[in-house]
Amino acid sequence: MESGKQNVVSFLPVRQPAQKNGTGCGASGGNGKSGCGSSAGQGDLSPAVWEKVKNHPCYSEEAHHHYARMHVAVAPACNVQCNFCNRKYDCSNESRPGVVSERLLPEQAARKVLAVASTIPQMTVLGIAGPGDPLANPEKTFKTFELVAKSAPDIKLCLSTNGLMLPDHVDRIAALNIDHVTITINMVDPNVGAKIYPWVFYNHKRYTGVEASRILSERQLLGLEMLTARGILCKVNSVMIPGINDHHLVEVNKAVKARGAFLHNIMPLISAPEHGTFFGLNGQRGPTAQELKLLQDSCEGEMNMMRHCRQCRADAVGLLGEDRSAEFTTEKVMAMEVEYDLAGRQAYQETVEVKRQAVVAARNAELATLAGERSDISIMIAVATKGGGRINEHFGHAKEFQIYEVSAAGSKFVGHRRVDNYCQGGYAEEDSLETVVRAINDCRAVFVARIGSCPREGLKSAGIEPVDRFALEYIEQSAIAYFKEYLGRVRSGEVEHKQRGDADIRQGALIA
Amino acid sequence: MAYKIKETTCTGCSACQNECPNNAIVEKNFLFSIDPTKCTECIGFFAEPQCVAICPIPRTINPNPDVPRFQAAV
Repeated sequence: MESGKQNVVSFLPVRQPAQKNGTGCGASGGNGKSGCGSSAGQGDLSPAVWEKVKNHPCYSEEAHHHYARMHVAVAPACNVQCNFCNRKYDCSNESRPGVVSERLLPEQAARKVLAVASTIPQMTVLGIAGPGDPLANPEKTFKTFELVAKSAPDIKLCLSTNGLMLPDHVDRIAALNIDHVTITINMVDPNVGAKIYPWVFYNHKRYTGVEASRILSERQLLGLEMLTARGILCKVNSVMIPGINDHHLVEVNKAVKARGAFLHNIMPLISAPEHGTFFGLNGQRGPTAQELKLLQDSCEGEMNMMRHCRQCRADAVGLLGEDRSAEFTTEKVMAMEVEYDLAGRQAYQETVEVKRQAVVAARNAELATLAGERSDISIMIAVATKGGGRINEHFGHAKEFQIYEVSAAGSKFVGHRRVDNYCQGGYAEEDSLETVVRAINDCRAVFVARIGSCPREGLKSAGIEPVDRFALEYIEQSAIAYFKEYLGRVRSGEVEHKQRGDADIRQGALIA
Repeated sequence: MAYKIKETTCTGCSACQNECPNNAIVEKNFLFSIDPTKCTECIGFFAEPQCVAICPIPRTINPNPDVPRFQAAV
């Protein structure tokens, strides 16, 4: 299930089969990542590829502030058993892959897509990601895509698969113009795989042990090669499982890059006993924020990494990090008057494009003032935002914080941290604040639109500076401005620069 | 004996229905059941019963003790 870098996304160029090494002006010695240091959204992507990804929130970090996606849960069956997944759990307060509130038939799903697209003009992408595996339900999956392509031709189609049946369906994926496919690849060594996958169902037989993972890995890598040979953009998702595949994911990164994947999304294992997964029940922990970032950073030298994935539900609706699926239940969708206004959607998206360009221009102008700065200090900043690339959320209302790393080279989005609402009826506030502090403990400052005096003092005593003077301003422009001031304060001796500690990646159910 | 789905643990994922060579698995209001008159335990089709092999929940599809074992037509 689903998609930076110098400030915004610069993706790997899509490899042509004949190319042995990556392209891009800075490519050298088998490293396909461009060394241009591009800071514009398009980076060194060909115009055709940029056109495909620029409005896709799951593939472009920059786009995810402005565009929304939806998943329709038409694919309940699965053919692989994963130790991080439990299909029994079906809770509306739970947000993670494999979880949905209701299942849809293709006709219901197509109706829902039209209803959402009419209500949310920034909705540009329809994905099918489960709750099982889309390609274990090929008829339902492809029927849904066919219906949507007919009635809403401007919506981009994508799917996310475990890859086991992918080679059998590549022609149909190409024929339906599905231009983004995500494959979850957690290993390329069947011995590692045997600790992640108890079995796969393939060719009418259940395979277990190392053999199961050997089959799965061969099919995943073959499918990836077949898709990239047809020019279909492939992202690879990997679940980071400490002690099982954490070091091995560097090998996975090399293997998928060599086969033409253009983006790698390493996600933390979600594992709590109450999820009822094998890993959850057996005490397998997920990575800390620092462990995850270290692995992502170490792979980034080879390939562009996605860090804004919210590991969303198979029926999620809206901007990443928000979920509006409750507004679009089957009952409500059937009662809605749906008018698909293609021209209206396009006009709205043009205004989004203007806003988006303004974000980039403001960031670049601020960055220019850092030119010539040689300091090797880098700091992390947490941001409360509702989207649009601005600091526009109250501290107490934030369900998550976006994390930016800032240095003399510029600002870079490096992740997000989920927190339950700090404001919860006015009690247990100190515990809530502690939760937030643990989640952003590696940050020097937190940017907010507003903040109360009590949490302000609590954050200060934890060494995190609450900053509200950039309220409603652009995130990255403000982060660079703050960094300049910070360097000044370090040089004047006003503050002593020290490395901050690690932070928690929040587990457990999301309380919306 | 045909196979039988234990309703209390079935998640309704429909994986078994997609695999059944006899179209013996029916769904009614998201509840899945196996028609014992159609189930052949996959004898004559596959080496193992497909519904059992793909079901994600252990011990959810079991032999139906009320039905005699399937005899392939001579």
